[in-house]
Amino acid sequence: MSLMTEITIFVLAVFVGFEVISKVPTTLHTPLMSQTNAIHGIVMLGGLIVLGFADDGLEYVIGTIAVAFGAINIVGGFMVTDRMLGMFSRKPRPKAETDGKGGS
Amino acid sequence: MGLLAVFEPGGDAATALYIVAFSLFIIGIKQGTHPTTAKRGNLIAAVGMAVAVVTTLLLDGMGNWGLIALGLGIGTAVGVIASIRVQMTEMPQMVALYNGVGGGAVALIAWSEIRHGISLGEDFPLDSLIPVIFAGIVGSVSFWGSNIAFAKLQDLIPTRPIAAPGQQVINAILLLAIIVISVVLAVDHESPSEGLFILLLVLAAILGNLVVLPIGGADMPVVISLLNAFTGLSAAAAGFALDNVALIVAGTLVGSSGTILTMEMATAMNRSVSNILFSGFGGAPSGGGGGGGEERPHVSIGAQDAAIKLAYADSVVIVPGYGLAVAQAQHAIKEVADELEKRGVTVNYAIHPVAGRMPGHMNVLLAEADVPYENLKEMEEINPEMPRTDVAVVVGANDVTNPAAKNDPDSPIAGMPIIEVNEAQQVIVIKRSLSPGFAGIDNDLFYEPNTSMLFADAKAAAAEIAAEIGNL
Repeated sequence: MSLMTEITIFVLAVFVGFEVISKVPTTLHTPLMSQTNAIHGIVMLGGLIVLGFADDGLEYVIGTIAVAFGAINIVGGFMVTDRMLGMFSRKPRPKAETDGKGGS
Repeated sequence: MGLLAVFEPGGDAATALYIVAFSLFIIGIKQGTHPTTAKRGNLIAAVGMAVAVVTTLLLDGMGNWGLIALGLGIGTAVGVIASIRVQMTEMPQMVALYNGVGGGAVALIAWSEIRHGISLGEDFPLDSLIPVIFAGIVGSVSFWGSNIAFAKLQDLIPTRPIAAPGQQVINAILLLAIIVISVVLAVDHESPSEGLFILLLVLAAILGNLVVLPIGGADMPVVISLLNAFTGLSAAAAGFALDNVALIVAGTLVGSSGTILTMEMATAMNRSVSNILFSGFGGAPSGGGGGGGEERPHVSIGAQDAAIKLAYADSVVIVPGYGLAVAQAQHAIKEVADELEKRGVTVNYAIHPVAGRMPGHMNVLLAEADVPYENLKEMEEINPEMPRTDVAVVVGANDVTNPAAKNDPDSPIAGMPIIEVNEAQQVIVIKRSLSPGFAGIDNDLFYEPNTSMLFADAKAAAAEIAAEIGNL
């Protein structure tokens, strides 16, 4: 892929990113951040390629750490986002249940 | 090893699947624009990630499967445990750590690329060397800066600004040195020195530490957002270096998100990003100026009085701040709201954009306490309602309610958008004392005639008020 093609993709992605993300409401900004953390985990691809083609001791160590870091981002990011968004999509509890809790 | 070799690295099939992956990221984020669809959106993005990872694992020539499994195993275990254990009050720390490991991964990948390239003894084309250098610098700054941000949020190091004299000069020299070394590396692209590249990573690490250390606790929302943007940029740079479209697009999306959030936070504080980064604002002693010694007259009430004021109101607006999160009072406040709603009082929540330690933090804390998101009102939405509000309850918030921001052009927070609780008919402020907030200035709101101060721990006070309303 030529450099200019890559720059074209980059510039278009900037516009798409701003367009899509500016529509995310303030309420969801924390889940947005943890979700972008997860998407940032895409760098694990770089880690996998580097480690998959590594051929000396230090590269093994660096690559393994990079893959672990990326996996933390992906797994932790998507899971914690899912947990948070679950709180937002939860239906309001029926009144009776709230009363029961309040009666303690 | 040949068994799994399905795709040619850089080939059309792999690239096509990477395009599928980043399309799913964009669709996922688009679904994240509404609370009811956001959960599905997150799943869609996760599927995109699975496509990208599996595609990469099936590239021809990949080896070292044991180490790959080890890295994936450790990372997955840490990620799973962290995401289950983390408290919602700790989300800023968690995001800071994720920013950090993300930046760290990029810096390590860049280092490995340089090392691998040198060992092959090939000429390093500039259009991959420059992105590698950039990725290494930004990745290292993000990693160390995020670690400091984490340590501050976790109270491992003091949240007040820590700065040495001449700090700006040191930072400028470091930046200059980084630029010079980068140029030397690029000029010598036929055989770049690995030692110089490591020096570059170290200098960037020191810079990351020195830039974040002087930033006070109240400015953390901006710092976290900015580091988020940095990690995104570093990922995009790694994408240029590795000729990988998925990295370029995903990194750019993260970068855009971080940039938008940084700008929104800065606007909400009416300060420029450079002012936040370089002024060491917040935590500076408030000495002089107000002549803090004498006590200005204020009205102090107890939980029972507060309960009566609230119970006989028609509309109540709750203004939560970071103090609410510290006191873990979100559930107790929800109980107050439940009691009031039972009596037919309308209860809404006014959320200032910088309430909490990261963008949207307060919304998550209240969602955790089962507050319906429809009741969470943004500042612009609630301010026009304030004059029609009977009682505004300020819980653990301070500077974001200070009318001096509007009325006193000489105030350090002049021009900062505030939640105009002083426009409400009555105001109840639940707070431990009259002490100033992060900005280190007195809050005029506390001395207004229609303001009543309830001096107590937010959680205990809210529980007491809820009980009192129930007894009425």
